Amino acid sequence: MKFYHLSIKHIDVLREIGNIGAGNAATSMSKLLNKKIDMQIPSVNIVAFDEVMDLVGGPDNPIVAIYIRIKGQAPGSVFFILSIEEAEHLVREITTDTNVKLLSEEQPSEIAISALHEAGNILAGSYLSALSDFTEINMQPSVPHLSVDMAGAVLTVGLLELSHVSDYAIIIDTKINDNEETNGIHGHFFLLPDPESIPKIFTALGIDDHE
Amino acid sequence: MNDSQIIVKVGIADLNMVSAPQTIRTSGLGSCIGAVLYDLPKKIAGLAHIMLPDSSLARQDSINTYKYADTAIDILIEKLCENGARKYALQAKLAGGAQMFQFSSTSEIMRIGPRNVEAVKEKLNMHYIPIVSMDVGGNCGRTIEFDPATGELKIRTVTKGQSFI
Repeated sequence: MKFYHLSIKHIDVLREIGNIGAGNAATSMSKLLNKKIDMQIPSVNIVAFDEVMDLVGGPDNPIVAIYIRIKGQAPGSVFFILSIEEAEHLVREITTDTNVKLLSEEQPSEIAISALHEAGNILAGSYLSALSDFTEINMQPSVPHLSVDMAGAVLTVGLLELSHVSDYAIIIDTKINDNEETNGIHGHFFLLPDPESIPKIFTALGIDDHE
Repeated sequence: MNDSQIIVKVGIADLNMVSAPQTIRTSGLGSCIGAVLYDLPKKIAGLAHIMLPDSSLARQDSINTYKYADTAIDILIEKLCENGARKYALQAKLAGGAQMFQFSSTSEIMRIGPRNVEAVKEKLNMHYIPIVSMDVGGNCGRTIEFDPATGELKIRTVTKGQSFI
């Protein structure tokens, strides 16, 4: 199967994966913040590397990203991405620290960093465990890594494995949000399976490659 | 629009050239390298946004030669010379090659920034192109813009503002 020639059926399966993963993560987030969290229908896109950054506002747009490397039978990368304001809002919700500044000359407070780490751990962890249960593929999350920097610089890390075999990435993008008109949280989940993981995921779900 | 405001943008795993009064920019360099080669008297410059050190690692039928240090530098030199630059006058400035996440594991892919820096330096050495200045390594993203009229490379990061090398 050519990496970038997916049938509608394949795309549907990947969308379902995003649905299940983010659904579980949204439930976790809802418990964490004690409020209602909605999620949108995931989009599955096959995009050039430049377009990956465009999905979150362009390569030099600053973002807060929690990155988890998936180890095990179907390796890949998961990013949970927030804008700077949204991440500050999330930290305020969790820690009640009202003076959070993530982007300044000084290092952000340790509490803010560990709150984000922990939120990322919970969210990405629940995303992955749902995925692993659904596909019955063994996937272990790495320790979460946090970065507050330009989208291009951060997301490239997730593209390196792919870049040996392709100039395109399959991105399963699911947005979750907390229903508030202003200062809401609209997070993106990006799932980027490594190239060799894609056929494994399809096989695990009983989808024939040859069509 | 005024001529002096034209900025040519270079995407990831891509390269391009400009001559004054245009400037050339690439955004969001992390582990990637922005390699600028320029002929200052002729006011011509080229910029490659290099992603990986070595094209022999590719597992792809048709490789994108702009993606790898070993192939992109050759192409950039060739294109610059076709457009009036003189190879003996070429100089280089580099930025990028950061390590965005501090992993405890020694996975090769996570050390890609430093490896990119080494690969680009080696390639420039082979062509006897001097590196005038560079801002590489660390753990922050960089957006760079080069002005072929002055030979200045502007570097912007999210926390430390702007600097020129």
